[in-house]
Amino acid sequence: MITVDNISKSFGDTQILFDVSATFTEGQVNLIIGASGQGKSVLTKCIVGLHEIDEGQGAILYDGRDFSKMNRKERIEVRKEIGMLFQGSALFDSLTVEENIIFPLKMFTDMTQEEMRERANFCLDRVDIINKNSLFPAECSGGMQKRIAIARAIAMNPKYLFCDEPNSGLDPKTSIVIDNLIKEITYEYNMTTVVITHDMNSVMEIGDHIIFINEGKKWWQGDNKEIIKTDNQEVVDFVYASKFMQNLREKLINS
Amino acid sequence: MNATAQNISYFSSSMNLFEHIGRFFIMMKSVFSRPEKFKVFWKMFFSEVDSIVISSIPLVAFLSVFMGGVISLQTAANMGSPLLPEYTIGYITRSSTILEFSPTIISLIIAGKVGSNIASEIGTMRVTEQIDALEIMGVNSIGYLMLPKILATTFFFPFVVIISMVLCIFGGWIAGVQSGLYSTHTYLIGIRAFWHTDAWYVYYALLKTVVFGFLITSIACYFGYYTKGGSLEVGRSSTRAVVAASVAILVANYIITQLLLV
Repeated sequence: MITVDNISKSFGDTQILFDVSATFTEGQVNLIIGASGQGKSVLTKCIVGLHEIDEGQGAILYDGRDFSKMNRKERIEVRKEIGMLFQGSALFDSLTVEENIIFPLKMFTDMTQEEMRERANFCLDRVDIINKNSLFPAECSGGMQKRIAIARAIAMNPKYLFCDEPNSGLDPKTSIVIDNLIKEITYEYNMTTVVITHDMNSVMEIGDHIIFINEGKKWWQGDNKEIIKTDNQEVVDFVYASKFMQNLREKLINS
Repeated sequence: MNATAQNISYFSSSMNLFEHIGRFFIMMKSVFSRPEKFKVFWKMFFSEVDSIVISSIPLVAFLSVFMGGVISLQTAANMGSPLLPEYTIGYITRSSTILEFSPTIISLIIAGKVGSNIASEIGTMRVTEQIDALEIMGVNSIGYLMLPKILATTFFFPFVVIISMVLCIFGGWIAGVQSGLYSTHTYLIGIRAFWHTDAWYVYYALLKTVVFGFLITSIACYFGYYTKGGSLEVGRSSTRAVVAASVAILVANYIITQLLLV
């Protein structure tokens, strides 16, 4: 479980996050939604420590361990339990698909080459990538790159999985594949998964717990059933922005 | 202004020279921390020796031969006085090659070739979030990416400069002899003249090379690592890295010369 307790974040004189608190539970897909530029990515980067939160403002707890007060060495230990899927996949260009998966194992385990290869094949099988071990990321499609990045993220058996807009740039069918994969992996390994998304299909399909961020504040929270019925105007304006979605919402409420 | 735009404008705000120097030294502290795995480090180190040092040898060799030829021809062309012995051409070619041309000019050329390559490689990793991915995994990205490059260049660049010195002198011989300006015998006398007092110049030149090698890679790594934005900024970082490394080489050259030769 990850607990974010009253954190704020400023860049220079500009405050981006205002006293945000949230709890992300294990075995659930936790979504962070909101319009572009409202602070979702900054919040996630603060949680994983890529940005420092404002000094003396709140805490970030990983299963009770205060990440915000840890030194670099202690943070590295926590980070070994984190897997992250980046918006652009962030696969290492100079390494093959297999080498990308093996990379964290090589850095942090004493596994033999054979064991690492076995683990890489297992992770790649899990995301339905077969016989592509020797390809370079540039030779793979966008959807494949996302799946390879998921395979790399789960290679170390992480307790926490972060996904930054996993569906961006993907066609609807591939988006569903990625969503289902994230959901399955979360339930299978009982991970604490945090997903930033704009994709309304993801919100409805995999949102076990949803946080809506607006103007750097937590505006609303609930799940994918509650979001249909919510009367929070900002959430309604964001989620049901199109005529089609408004009609769909009405039908869902009426049914 | 949205959060992303604010983020970018904050990071791209102009920093003064002292802020850059301060951040450079803070970065250096992380560069020289213990590698996560020595096995991985050594593998990367030798890979960098190959891609930075060995791959530069053909270019350095080509340039050095022609540079040596030009030095000796220009020296011969400007030696009008019959009071100066003919072997002075060889002597001047050797001295200027060892003192300045091979260590400094070759370093400036390498700053252009290797510096831009490193800055754009690390800069691209930055803008495509590959460095963030390393950090999330718990890898010290600064040490992992920079230490092998800096050590490979610092320790192996002097060998490239030794090759350059030899080829520069060789180029001077070829140019002079085929032009009929002096004989092989006269040139060799010049090359060997006053060696017992001038041998120290080689150590001075190699010391300079170690410093220049360090400056080229560390400055390029710095500009690459702190790239913010997109592909346009990667190009800018690469240019800044080359300019800053060239300026640093010239300033360091002056300081080392003042300290060691004067």
